[in-house]
Amino acid sequence: MKIGVPRESHPGERRVAATPEVASQLMKLGYGVVVQSDAGARASFSDDAYRAAGCEIVASTRDIYDQCDIVLKVRAPEGEELGMLRSGQALISFIWPAQNPDLLRTLTERGVTALAMDSVPRISRAQKMDALSSMANIAGYRAVVEAAQHFGRFFTGQITAAGKIPPAKVLVIGAGVAGLAAIGAARSMGAIVRAFDTRPEVKEQVESMDGEFLMLDFKDEDGSGEGGYAKVMSKEFIEAEMALFAEQAKDVDIIITTALIPGKPAPRLITAEMVRSMKDGSVIVDLAAEQGGNCELTEPGQVVVKNGVTLIGYTDLPSRLAAQSSQLYGTNLRHLLTDMTPEKNGELVVDMEDEAIRGATICTGGETTWPPPAPKLSAAPKAAKPAAAPAPKPEEKKSASGPVIAMALGALALFGLGAVAPPSFMAHFTVFVLACFVGYMVIWNVTAALHTPLMSVTNAISSIIVIGALLQISSTDSLIMWIAAFTVLITSINIAGGFAVTRRMLEMFRK
Amino acid sequence: MNSAGFVTVSYIAATILFILALGGLSNQETARRGNWYGIIGMAIALLATILGVVTRHYTILIIALLIGGSIGLVLARRVRMTQMPELVAILHSLVGLAAVLVGFANFMDHSIGFTGVELTIHNIETYLGVLIGAVTFSGSIIAFGKLSGRIGGKPLTLPARHWLNLALLLGAIWFGREFVQQGAVGSGTVPLVIMTVIALVFGIHMVMAIGGADMPVVVSMLNSYSGWAASATGFMLSNDLLIVTGALVGSSGAILSYIMCRAMNRKFLAVIAGGFGTGGGTAAAGGEIEGEIVAIQPEETAELLANAKEVMIVPGYGMAVAQAQHTVYEITKVLREKGVNVRFGIHPVAGRMPGHMNVLLAEAKVPYDIVFEMDEVNEDFPDIDVSVVIGANDIVNPDAQEKPDSPIAGMPVLEVWKGGTTIVLKRSMATGYAGVENPLFYKENTRMLFGDAKDSLDAVLKTL
Repeated sequence: MKIGVPRESHPGERRVAATPEVASQLMKLGYGVVVQSDAGARASFSDDAYRAAGCEIVASTRDIYDQCDIVLKVRAPEGEELGMLRSGQALISFIWPAQNPDLLRTLTERGVTALAMDSVPRISRAQKMDALSSMANIAGYRAVVEAAQHFGRFFTGQITAAGKIPPAKVLVIGAGVAGLAAIGAARSMGAIVRAFDTRPEVKEQVESMDGEFLMLDFKDEDGSGEGGYAKVMSKEFIEAEMALFAEQAKDVDIIITTALIPGKPAPRLITAEMVRSMKDGSVIVDLAAEQGGNCELTEPGQVVVKNGVTLIGYTDLPSRLAAQSSQLYGTNLRHLLTDMTPEKNGELVVDMEDEAIRGATICTGGETTWPPPAPKLSAAPKAAKPAAAPAPKPEEKKSASGPVIAMALGALALFGLGAVAPPSFMAHFTVFVLACFVGYMVIWNVTAALHTPLMSVTNAISSIIVIGALLQISSTDSLIMWIAAFTVLITSINIAGGFAVTRRMLEMFRK
Repeated sequence: MNSAGFVTVSYIAATILFILALGGLSNQETARRGNWYGIIGMAIALLATILGVVTRHYTILIIALLIGGSIGLVLARRVRMTQMPELVAILHSLVGLAAVLVGFANFMDHSIGFTGVELTIHNIETYLGVLIGAVTFSGSIIAFGKLSGRIGGKPLTLPARHWLNLALLLGAIWFGREFVQQGAVGSGTVPLVIMTVIALVFGIHMVMAIGGADMPVVVSMLNSYSGWAASATGFMLSNDLLIVTGALVGSSGAILSYIMCRAMNRKFLAVIAGGFGTGGGTAAAGGEIEGEIVAIQPEETAELLANAKEVMIVPGYGMAVAQAQHTVYEITKVLREKGVNVRFGIHPVAGRMPGHMNVLLAEAKVPYDIVFEMDEVNEDFPDIDVSVVIGANDIVNPDAQEKPDSPIAGMPVLEVWKGGTTIVLKRSMATGYAGVENPLFYKENTRMLFGDAKDSLDAVLKTL
């Protein structure tokens, strides 16, 4: 089968769905790869590089759609591209079926098998094809770079001959993949980074990136929704949260917002009031601009200055690092195609039993298959409910009467024995019981590493039974004498062997 | 000089030295000195008895001592560290046999005059000594056979084995009564012999029914029995040295058995009743395991190890079988030179005998301060970058914690799956001794390195 990579038609889109490296790996799966001329030019991949990787170069988008069975894209097809899709063709790209119901309908009607990279379920096995995460990572990094570009100061603090430079304070709202990437990038530039998220379990992740996690004193609510994403919070929670942001806005220099809830418009977190309260020269980067923006004043796709605050609303941050994002996206696609080509023979198999592929497939054979059934496993399992964690394990109370009864029985048995046994026996018995206790005390101190030497040395010592044989060997009865002699022989094997092997083992233990 | 007093004093000295020998094993520094105490104690006891009690047949005595001693020394020198469990088992059988023989000889010797209650007690002592000795003897022989592979590791589960055991026990008690009654009038050989046979059968049957996975318990249990046999013989001969030493050894073995049982979360009685550890892999408790197995090559393994900061090596019986401990240490050395913190995590029942892994690693000159017990390292696994599991299975099975109906549920295990990457060296996908599937192999951060552990590790070492 042939895989086609057209040039992205969306204005300003610089990414390409497959780099030359990805293309050559797709060929190893048995596919032929056709690339439209200049498809990778804006991501710094020349046609020559594709040719060198073994790709066929064609001039027009129409050629791609006509020749190929599988079309790889970054953005969903739009305009006349939609008309070029034909029945039975496979399309893999970002589609956002929830936000674009018309597109989904068109794709279904045309009989296309469409896989939406944004709908790959968030299960651990599918992480390698999770393009949302890889794009979010890039967006988070780029957000910091954009902020630095528009921020008229250093990120890092310094004391210089010309005066003191205070470190920039950055607030990251939403510690998902993008948020964490932003924390990491800002930290490595030297800024003081604080982060907030409604999901308490990400605290550790924020701290692992060296950021400071702002806790909201709001114990009862956990913002973790299905698949590790956030969910809509209660009114009280949002009020508390807004108060926190209002207070932080006065203090920080840069705010990076990444708060998104799947299938919902972005939550309004930064009000016009808060923007006004920020210092002049501050920067807000709104990564949720495409979904309406976390900041009230954001203008999607634009950089605007309002009240002395720069608001960055770019919706194409990954595209601004086109070479890197093309490579990561292409690799995500390659992993998906690897899973869909089990025989490595260049034949695409849409296995609807496979949870990852099932989730990504939004329509096939003229039928809409979106949304998929709920995923079975969540990538980030919800933190166990606090009520369940300290399981009310009723401390297994050892019945106090048990040992008492046992002791009483033991004492009775001893008294019974003492009543009938002669004193000589009782003397030996005393020795025996005491020896058992000494053994008990001594053996518990033996370190586990020396259990084998312990066994061999006790083995040697238990050959003390040789004394018994020695007592008998002087017997006048020759049978007894010979039995005793034989006993001496075997026990001396034991004595010599046991001690010698113990010595050998102990010699080996060294620091 | 009063010869009896001299002997008694010597015995006291020997007793103290034996206790010191065991106490010395509390750490590696004092253990060697402890062993010398044991040797000196034994020498004193022997000398005192030979000089103070033996009156004739010195030649035969010396010859027997010399022959036995040389055999023992040769055995001790020849044995490979991986064969230690077998050696220990066969040595136990000798103690058991000695107890039986001393018991019989003592029974035949009518020169000591007991009467009344004393005679009854004496007869019971004789009877018990022979009984425990015979069980130890036959049980150890079977254990030796199983450990050395001469007898299959599968537990032999006769249809009505619990009833058979009960019948044997009742038989032993009944013949014991007969023996005491007949012994009162000077005879009783027949019940004694029959009982010995019963005890031998019991020992064989008991160990045959125990699976390979429970071998550490069996070995330490037989260790305990050999002590009790010596103690019973001591009672019979009215000899305190034997009583004390036997009690020391007996309690030592009992504690070891207890530790082993706890490490497997098994009841001692359940182990003895047998039938666990089928060795064949019945895939008990079924349950589909989700996920796929990802194989890895030695080269990638080497790379993973070289790039790690914290490495934990978890050895199991497979390392002993493949004789891979030396290569393991070579790899450890290379990694430590590169600044990787390599540690060893040892499960109490890894191998076929308590402390087996420690001895093997010590043989390969692994310094003991990087070898840790399970409880010492289990909490560290989240910080471990790479864990290497060498030929171990059940002791790293997450089912023990996660699946309450698993046959090994509740057994403490090394939580390797909490670390970064786990590399499992294994010959095939066969189940471990417990016959339980291991979902660890299907975990996402687990990589399987198939093949003989030594060959694989040699390849890893070469790449490093």
